[in-house]
Amino acid sequence: MRHILSLLLENEAGALSRVAGLFSARGYNIESLTVAPTEDPTLSRMTIVTNGSAEVMEQITKQLNKLVDVVKVFDLNEGRHLERELMLVKMRAEGGAREEIKRTADIFRGRIVDVTDQTYTIELTGPRDKLDAFLEALDPLMILETVRTGASGIGRGDWIMRV
Amino acid sequence: MQLSGAEITIRCLEEEGVEYIFGYPGGAVLFIYDALFQQDRVKHILVRHEQAALHAADAYARATGRPGVALVTSGPGVTNAVTGIATAYMDSIPMVVISGQVPTAAIGLDAFQEVDTVGITRPCVKHNFLVKRVEDLAETMKKAFYVATTGRPGPVLVDIPKDVSQQVTEFLYPAQIEMRSYNPVVKGHPGLIRQAVQMLLEARRPMVYAGGGVVLGEASEFLTRLVRELGVPCTNTLMGLGSYPATDPQFVGMLGMHGTYEANLAMHHCDVLLAVGARFDDRVIGNTRHFFVEGRRIIHIDIDPSSISKRVRVDVPIVGDVREVLQEMQRLVAETPQRLDPVALKQWWHQIGEWRGRECMHYERSDTLIKPQFVVETLYQVTQGDAIITSDVGQHQMWAAQYYKFDKPRRWLNSGGLGTMGFGLPAAMGAQLAFPDQVVACITGEASIQMCIQELSTCKQYHLPVKIVNLNNRYLGMVRQWQQILHGNRYSESYMDALPDFVKLAESYGHVGIRIENPADVEGALREAFALKERVVFLDFMTDPTENVFPMVKAGQGLTEMLLGAEDL
Ligand SMILES: Cc1cc2nc3c(=O)[nH]c(=O)nc-3n(C[C@H](O)[C@H](O)[C@H](O)COP(=O)(O)OP(=O)(O)OC[C@H]3O[C@@H](n4cnc5c(N)ncnc54)[C@H](O)[C@@H]3O)c2cc1C
Ligand SMILES: Cc1ncc(C[n+]2csc(CCOP(=O)(O)OP(=O)(O)O)c2C)c(N)n1
Ligand SMILES: [Mg+2]
Repeated sequence: MRHILSLLLENEAGALSRVAGLFSARGYNIESLTVAPTEDPTLSRMTIVTNGSAEVMEQITKQLNKLVDVVKVFDLNEGRHLERELMLVKMRAEGGAREEIKRTADIFRGRIVDVTDQTYTIELTGPRDKLDAFLEALDPLMILETVRTGASGIGRGDWIMRV
Repeated sequence: MQLSGAEITIRCLEEEGVEYIFGYPGGAVLFIYDALFQQDRVKHILVRHEQAALHAADAYARATGRPGVALVTSGPGVTNAVTGIATAYMDSIPMVVISGQVPTAAIGLDAFQEVDTVGITRPCVKHNFLVKRVEDLAETMKKAFYVATTGRPGPVLVDIPKDVSQQVTEFLYPAQIEMRSYNPVVKGHPGLIRQAVQMLLEARRPMVYAGGGVVLGEASEFLTRLVRELGVPCTNTLMGLGSYPATDPQFVGMLGMHGTYEANLAMHHCDVLLAVGARFDDRVIGNTRHFFVEGRRIIHIDIDPSSISKRVRVDVPIVGDVREVLQEMQRLVAETPQRLDPVALKQWWHQIGEWRGRECMHYERSDTLIKPQFVVETLYQVTQGDAIITSDVGQHQMWAAQYYKFDKPRRWLNSGGLGTMGFGLPAAMGAQLAFPDQVVACITGEASIQMCIQELSTCKQYHLPVKIVNLNNRYLGMVRQWQQILHGNRYSESYMDALPDFVKLAESYGHVGIRIENPADVEGALREAFALKERVVFLDFMTDPTENVFPMVKAGQGLTEMLLGAEDL
């Protein structure tokens, strides 16, 4: 099953490689991993999307907690949460296609953030499925480039993760 | 006080009460060696290969319970040390490793003797640090000792660039340290402990399976008391040997791949299993599917949550320090008059007695060939069971574990998790330094001993009168055994050709060498060796090259599927 893990870790050189190394050394899957410092510059917040059986998830959580740089680990699947990902898509946009692309972007609440004679670059945020659906709605021959950040997750309401 | 990074490093060791540091110098650690030279509280032992520095420091820790400390230079110094670091990591041994690094400005430029030490060692340390500013050094050293020795112990590496060891700053050693990201659990969950005690008291076929965690957690005394109070059988893993007295009638021997018939069968047929500081290793329980028994309940005490329910699902998981948890269990047992059903317990012991009747440790004696088991048994008698025994890896290691009866913890020092050939001799040095008046013997094989043989020179320099018991079967015996049993007798590259004359070799290092070729001479040679209290003696026993270790559970099979002897092949 797909799980979203949210981690607080010391904002120190090497902390990211400890987490990444753990996943590769123990053969756990990573679908995506995002990390950046928080409002407290000594801490980083990481979101890892992974999948595994209940047993594997239990081991992943325990092994992450064991890393000395890791302060907290939450499995967001254990409660109500939000998941957002940012995607940038560069499309070939010429002639009649320009209007068509714009319309599709509007439907998905995407924004065109860069324009040339031949291209549009669209910014879109949302849960993974929404981004996938948008890509499916586009003409694949017209897609020049895509880049996705991987998911960031946060608990809903008063489910708060801090030290 | 203003001190250089090098001086701070040594002062930190002093503050931690470090007696010995095992190491080897080189460019990146020259300032640290200079600081060592100018003081006389921390004593440095110059090994002949960095791997040996690590093993010696590791064994010092295994023998004393205090962290071992090693010092190596950058580049090849570190890469040579990696085997030793990984060895300590796999067996959860507290150690602080200090490595030199190229100057901060040179890092990343493929500088001379530069390797990514933090990267290379990351998967085999509990934690590591690269110290980029001399101002952070003292606190980092404090953290290193704290992390290495608390919770589940393990090696911690501190990488110190050369310029950091040279720069000067105010030295202040923190008395205490707190880390928001590291808070090992100590006390177990009271409700679960209560449940565990109740489950044990209601058991009809109880079994206690105790491992290295009991030794690491200094809890042998509490384990022994609880097991005796309840009158239940107890087995030990290879790493747990000595945590329960081997000569006690309630001890059923080691379990696992080369464990006793009775221990392995009792593991399988018990109805309540108490696992203490043991991690259900594949060499211990074999195939997990076969290990599963419907209805058997498992209580697991371990300080590391990730050891629990890793390979085997347990019913009562207790995260905590063994010492604390066993003490609490004992208190609860003392509070209640309830004891195990005496009739059921008697029947269970009767069953175990039957299994013991198979005499799985029996071996064919011989007047002409030296049986390795016989050498270990005789060693046990000659040393009155009171020696510190180190070992290498192979058949000799298993015979040492099976035939030397350890009644106390920290007397049996071996590499279980990584299985590192070359561990034995440097380990003996570390133990002998820690306990100069103790008899220390290294049980080894002609192949393993050659992996760190250069340390005979270190033994000479520091007058470390260890005794080497070489069970020389002219084979990579453990490999040959697997080839015989699992690969159709095809002995691919397992014959040790062109062996040196170990007697002359020992003599050339300034030691005594004795070759023993007849069973009748075994005891005499051992007595002669141990009479030479001040000397290193290399005893080269020419043993039966065809002997195999039994019982044996083939890799991937279940614990009850044991081969008991040559007749089962
Ligand atoms: C050739 C060869 C053959 C082998 N055959 C066998 C065999 O037949 N039988 C056998 O048993 N082994 C055998 N081994 C060894 C095996 O590979 C493992 O190293 C060993 O079984 C592990 O022992 P353990 O379970 O006691 O765990 P250890 O590695 O000693 O781990 C200790 C456990 O205790 C926990 N712990 C540490 N401190 C504390 C504390 N204070 N409180 C609570 N918990 C704590 C740790 O978290 C860990 O889970 C063999 C090895 C070799 C090289
Ligand atoms: C460094 C290392 N390399 C290889 C092995 C694999 N191995 C395990 S036992 C063994 C043979 C050991 O031979 P010896 O020391 O003579 O002991 P014996 O089994 O003959 O008693 C080998 C090669 C190992 N454990 N360690
Ligand atoms: Mg051999």
